[in-house]
Amino acid sequence: MPLPPSGPRSTLASLAVIAAICIGATGALAYTAGWLSPDRLTPTKLVDALAPPTGPVPGYRRNHAKGICFTGSFAANGNGTALSRARVFETGAHPALGRFNLGTPDPGAPDTTVRVRGLGLQITADDGAVWRAAMINAPVFPVSTPEAFYELLRVPASKAPNAMAAFVAAHPEFSAFGAWAKSPDWTASYAQEPYNSLDAFLFTDAAGAEQAVRWSFRPEAPPERITPEAFGKRGPASLEQEITDRVAAAPQRWTLVLTVADPGDPTADPSRAWPEGRRSVEAGTLVVQRIEPEADGPCRDINFDPTILPDGIRVSDDPFPAARSAAYARSYDLRTAEAKDYPKRTSEAAR
Amino acid sequence: MTPGGKRFTGGQRLLHWSMAACIIAMFFIGVGMVSTVMPTYVPLLATHKTLGVAIFVLALVRLGVRARSGAPPLPADLPAPMRLAAHLSHYGLYGLMFALPLLGWAMLSAGAYPVVLYGGLRLPAILPQNPALHTLLWNAHYYLAFAFFALVLAHVAAALFHALIRRDGVFEAMAPLGSRTGGPSSR
Ligand code: HEM
Ligand code: HEM
Ligand code: HEM
Repeated sequence: MPLPPSGPRSTLASLAVIAAICIGATGALAYTAGWLSPDRLTPTKLVDALAPPTGPVPGYRRNHAKGICFTGSFAANGNGTALSRARVFETGAHPALGRFNLGTPDPGAPDTTVRVRGLGLQITADDGAVWRAAMINAPVFPVSTPEAFYELLRVPASKAPNAMAAFVAAHPEFSAFGAWAKSPDWTASYAQEPYNSLDAFLFTDAAGAEQAVRWSFRPEAPPERITPEAFGKRGPASLEQEITDRVAAAPQRWTLVLTVADPGDPTADPSRAWPEGRRSVEAGTLVVQRIEPEADGPCRDINFDPTILPDGIRVSDDPFPAARSAAYARSYDLRTAEAKDYPKRTSEAAR
Repeated sequence: MTPGGKRFTGGQRLLHWSMAACIIAMFFIGVGMVSTVMPTYVPLLATHKTLGVAIFVLALVRLGVRARSGAPPLPADLPAPMRLAAHLSHYGLYGLMFALPLLGWAMLSAGAYPVVLYGGLRLPAILPQNPALHTLLWNAHYYLAFAFFALVLAHVAAALFHALIRRDGVFEAMAPLGSRTGGPSSR
């Protein structure tokens, strides 16, 4: 038989126990959610720090906001199967869609003001597995860790004198990227740029062997160097017009080169290039067949999250893909909620 | 005990407690993953999706078991408002066990994300890609997740109220261990 109902004294004690359990559980949830840890680097903080001084532009990506869509295919030559069992490396043409873009949070930024050009890419294999990537033309990333990237983003807002100099002094790895960014070797076409993963990923072959790999899409179009001054004369949005005309005239191609790390190569640090002479495999050709404006294009509402990988490729000890995935999701959540601020339309006009 | 000393069947209790552990883990995994940029983000998200879908499947099984085995009656002396609260909250808990995983899956579909679980299991999209739908489902998943947490807290408080204060056998009906006639008196 049940015990008799408890007396008033123990009822009070029991209520206290119940309250303590509820408060404790809520506190534990709040702690896990970071509400009690204002110093934790969250995706929200990282994304907010990307915003230009005038604030984020609603409806657009929070970084690499200026871009244009393409569709085409990835023609695999089968060589990649030596490194990864992912079906996209098996000989054949796999449908691709993507986005040429500029590394700026401002979709209206003039082309000449942005050194970093990017490529968002999705390749779908015949088994339905999806591979997404977001790559840039720089040969290295500016910093070694997501935390350092957050610091870098906050430099412009800093009141401290010589904040940038202090940052560079504290982050010597910045110099390689800094030197590239200052070099006058611009091109006037998205089609003449290489696009590098920078981050390392683990490729698993059919036998289960794993290797750390970085990859690049190398342009077939030879780069024609142009000074920033001469490039500026072509207008603030010449890149999108140029790639539209160029692809309308003929499909554009890039070779996918997979580079395998030697033991001891820095796989966890995209600010450090791997030495020359590493084993590399040409896995196929990206063929860009059609350009479409972003507003109505197929790339618009895609998150080119670098952790969306097919079986046969996975994240390595590089801390960036995870941080990027968290930040890109936040950016995607924000911009899809603001879709009405970036209406669909059929012309480029309203930009 | 409840009248006649009836309890939920062993299968029902096993489902109740294993799902309780999974669902409570999901709240923590959910809020933890969206507030971190550390490498654990990737496995946390994969676990969130896999465990969430597992909860959906278990909820289907559980509903089937519930339809077959029923539930022990509540104590006859339980006041009507408490009885109503018990029934409504159980409907709510069952509903959310289905709703949250479906919303998560639908939200990812509307965002054109592939839904890949541990083991390489790939689920089909259940909605077309659409930003307005993505936002609607994101909000529903977000607010209902916290409503679910609040309801579980209320449910736990009520269970402990039965166990510690009313001592009417309701807790023993779902207690993971303990003998059939047992309850607190057997301790
Ligand atoms: C922690 C470091 C980084 C942060 C916080 C960050 C942040 C972002 C954000 C918020 C977006 C917009 C995502 C969207 O709304 O879909 C974006 C896009 C992009 N990022 Fe990053 N990024 C980081 C590192 C990198 C690296 C290492 C690369 C290149 C190797 C890169 C290349 C790109 C490209 C190409 C896009 C445009 C993708 C598209 O077309 O949608 N980012 N980034
Ligand atoms: C019992 C089931 C589930 C519970 C209790 C749950 C709970 C949660 C919670 C508490 C969050 C964090 C909300 C925030 O603080 O922003 C979250 C986020 C999320 N959940 Fe779930 N979830 C469940 C099932 C699922 C399933 C089955 C999926 C997908 C297949 C899913 C996908 C997601 C995603 C993608 C996010 C991150 C959303 C974003 O901010 O981009 N959830 N969930
Ligand atoms: C995520 C956590 C939980 C969920 C989703 C949940 C869900 C449920 C549901 C749906 C029922 C009704 C069963 C039916 O009538 O078929 C139930 C009953 C019960 N639960 Fe939970 N539960 C959770 C956690 C807990 C915890 C932590 C406790 C104990 C502290 C608990 C104690 C009970 C008791 C005693 C009953 C029996 C009530 C009765 O006989 O009507 N539950 N639970």
